[in-house]
Amino acid sequence: MREPHPKRKNYLGIMGWIWGGNYRIERYLYTLHRVTGLGILLFFLVHLCVTTFFRMQQQSWEAAMEILHNPWFKLGEYLVVLAFAYHSLNGLRLIIQELGFGMGKPAPPIYPYRDSLRKSRRWSMALVGTAALIALVFLYDFLVGG
Amino acid sequence: MKELSSKNITFKIRRYNPEKSNKTHFATFVVPTTRGMTVLDALLYIKENLDSTLAFRTSCRMAICGSCGMLINKYPHLACHTQIEELKTKTVTVEPLPNLPVIKDLVVDLSPLFEKHKLVKPYIIRADRPEMDNPTAEFAQSPEELESFLQFTYCVKCGICISACPTSATDKQFLGPQALAQCYRYCTDSRDDGERERFLLADSENGIWHCHLAGACSDACPKGVDPALAIQLLKRQLVARATNLLGKRELTPLVTPPVHSKPKLPFPQFTVNDKTDAREG
Ligand code: HEM
Ligand code: SF4
Ligand code: FES
Repeated sequence: MREPHPKRKNYLGIMGWIWGGNYRIERYLYTLHRVTGLGILLFFLVHLCVTTFFRMQQQSWEAAMEILHNPWFKLGEYLVVLAFAYHSLNGLRLIIQELGFGMGKPAPPIYPYRDSLRKSRRWSMALVGTAALIALVFLYDFLVGG
Repeated sequence: MKELSSKNITFKIRRYNPEKSNKTHFATFVVPTTRGMTVLDALLYIKENLDSTLAFRTSCRMAICGSCGMLINKYPHLACHTQIEELKTKTVTVEPLPNLPVIKDLVVDLSPLFEKHKLVKPYIIRADRPEMDNPTAEFAQSPEELESFLQFTYCVKCGICISACPTSATDKQFLGPQALAQCYRYCTDSRDDGERERFLLADSENGIWHCHLAGACSDACPKGVDPALAIQLLKRQLVARATNLLGKRELTPLVTPPVHSKPKLPFPQFTVNDKTDAREG
């Protein structure tokens, strides 16, 4: 007997998180939630390191502050605010929906299908929209303030 | 009858033949299409007229058997359930479903789906084994109880939800939307008492907590099964049981069927007489 033919592995992999097809927005919010979660985590780690300088000598604290006044760090700070606004509000949406609330009841599938996420669009996207609003307010603050 | 006007559409099909090469390539075919023609019709046209070596799976050609799932213009569809016209493109790319191993051309190996489906024990489980084997009565189930899972019974095991799911894209072991939705379908059936067995699996490392509600499964499911809803309801059931918020589960009672049933209806008259059967002339 001949050996069975090798099957081609066809997993989309991590690239599939970034682009998987013309799906609705939630599939990409999944990726964004993960990225922002890791971003905030990274911020906390850096934050922890920097604040320990404060307990050491004054010079090292000031040196650290000097670096943090760099515009790139300002941008980073701004991104952390955005990430936090998005992650917390979308996290709230996930907690509610993953416990099956606001998803509606199972319904007979009659064409055109309206699945549970499509039914709860209004309020779930309102949460994400609020995150976008907060982002805009802080963008104004970031550009005008400093 | 008026001839239907025909339009030439280019089909770009991702081909893979492990006997020749371990690489894939796109083959291009031009197919004259008419209104109402499906992508499956075009594939059959190619196989019959242009290249008989093209491999794809099909059976029912009416969205019932779940054989013909494929990636059409970068979105998973049933080929028999997708009209070429609705795609609104001059070129149609057809590729095998991602997140499943490819055997040849557009034929994917669905056995990971079937194995995971089997794992969730997709059948009624009850403690009263003798009654299951030799039933003396019927399970009473109200229409509301039926509707609580009916939608999820329409699954045709096509694998489209698995190819849409971003978790399945990176995690081979993940049970996947199809199996988890069927897990809920049986757990919430009022006749079933297998919750504890299935929860063990759903709550496992490869189970339900890897679902982060991307919702792509429900977006793509060609049968309107809404696996994402089933999975979130299953999460809720798990949390409710763990926190004891739902109280005890009530199984439907056994109801003895009426002893004196109505007389059977007489068998309908044949409309075609035996002797004048068309076959005999
Ligand atoms: C108001 C605050 C927060 C809320 C409401 C929240 C909510 C959530 C929820 C519900 C999830 C699970 C989502 C899912 O099922 O996919 C999650 C995941 C996660 N969160 Fe948060 N979170 C918050 C703050 C944070 C902070 C401060 C950090 C970082 C230190 C963080 C890091 C993460 C990470 C890394 C994940 C995993 C993402 C994944 O696996 O996709 N979160 N968050
Ligand atoms: S849930 Fe839908 S997409 Fe998934 S296998 Fe069943 S019919 Fe196909
Ligand atoms: S051929 Fe049966 S579902 Fe398409």
